[in-house]
Amino acid sequence: MSGIVSYGSYIPKYRIKPDEIARVWGEDADSIRTGINILSKSVPSPDEDVATISVEAARNAVRRGKVNAGDIGAIYVGSESHPYAVKPTATIVASAIGADFSLFSADYEFACKAGTAGMQNVKAMVDSGMIKLGMAIGADTSQGAPGDALEYSASAGGTAMILGKENVIAEINSTLSVTSDTPDFWRREGQPYPTHGERFTGEPAYFRHTINASKMLMERMGTKPSDYTYAVFHQPNGKFPTRAAKTLGFSEQQFKDGLLTPVIGNTYSGSMMTGLSAILDKAAPSDRILAVSFGSGAGSDAFDITVTKNIEKMDRESAPTIKKMLSDVKWLDYAIYAKFKKKIIVGDAVE
Amino acid sequence: MGKLSAVWRETNHRYRLVAHQCGNCKKMYFPPRDICPDCHRESIGKMKEKQLSGNGRIESFTIVHDAPSAFARQRPYVLALVKLDEGPILTAQIVDSDFSELEAGKKVRAVFRKIREDGKGGIIQYGYKFVLE
Repeated sequence: MSGIVSYGSYIPKYRIKPDEIARVWGEDADSIRTGINILSKSVPSPDEDVATISVEAARNAVRRGKVNAGDIGAIYVGSESHPYAVKPTATIVASAIGADFSLFSADYEFACKAGTAGMQNVKAMVDSGMIKLGMAIGADTSQGAPGDALEYSASAGGTAMILGKENVIAEINSTLSVTSDTPDFWRREGQPYPTHGERFTGEPAYFRHTINASKMLMERMGTKPSDYTYAVFHQPNGKFPTRAAKTLGFSEQQFKDGLLTPVIGNTYSGSMMTGLSAILDKAAPSDRILAVSFGSGAGSDAFDITVTKNIEKMDRESAPTIKKMLSDVKWLDYAIYAKFKKKIIVGDAVE
Repeated sequence: MGKLSAVWRETNHRYRLVAHQCGNCKKMYFPPRDICPDCHRESIGKMKEKQLSGNGRIESFTIVHDAPSAFARQRPYVLALVKLDEGPILTAQIVDSDFSELEAGKKVRAVFRKIREDGKGGIIQYGYKFVLE
């Protein structure tokens, strides 16, 4: 059966706390921490974007899986913050990891689930025999307007998954998606910051899609929450995935390892995939994982995954684990954060 | 357009640290050279591509305060001479580090970063920088 052959993530080193953001805008940091469960978020350096994050994640996946980059037959990069409107990030990733000229590739966009849409595409290509190995990346340097609620959560990071049929460390038993036209969150062409459709954000968007996709997949597989060792969901904040998990009947023991948003913020297309990466860092053979992404607009991709014995042969420390990336951080104040995020205009700097 | 061609030509060595090794004396050159300056004509046709590990040590470094406009947002930043494990010494930025952490001899590794943007509508140049190991 096809599945995950290797995985790699990248989270920028810089962090900012809600206290620092709240101090500038005269808001209550305690209500942010307790209300949406965000304790800190990652911030990209001025020289980091979705291409650099994708390349670092891709290189970590190639190194960890001892994969020959020339054997990768497809690269899809899902993001809503690609550096170019026209020129695929996938071309930069392909060149940077030394992929072959004979390559399927494209950039995807479906808000926060574009990376998992790439995983589904790559799985289908592997299953059909079109390619031997394929890489799907979910990465973002997400945007939140100064003073907007999103500023507390919109962060940066990404994860690359290499899928194939040989040396699979985690089989993808099944996957399905749900889609509807829901105006919960969007960003128009050329606009620097997104708009959220307020009351559409929770029930009609995140919960309807995430919970239904999870239920439909469990129904298809004949499983119940207690059959899974781990569950991981898209994490726009710390509160939504916790509520979705509890509504479905998962315990904290099952979802705590994949829940990263409280410490790194919402990495958008990288969110669920990076949570899955954290789970794979510690998973054991036979562990079963329910992984469900969500993208505004809206839709969810659900995956039923079983870890195989091959994971014991993999040197998971050969690339940075999520735990390592969470421990090696540098804290920013709002002034440096504003400089890094280009909220300060630097003269006539060409950049 | 000449600059764009140069960016494109240099992709292999800027993205993946691809060096040239002289097939005659085995010396490694980065940036790549078509002819070995020691072996001259004896190296013609013998320069082979070799991918460098990206691991090295700081030889020396300086802190740039008066930066070119393309680097204004990163000011102040660190520019270092890095001696790679395979031999070549190259000039590059050290990023994500406090200045107090830097010392000659410390281990560094290459990372993939944005080098500069050619204006708001121009090409984005990517390449290597280094972080402390």
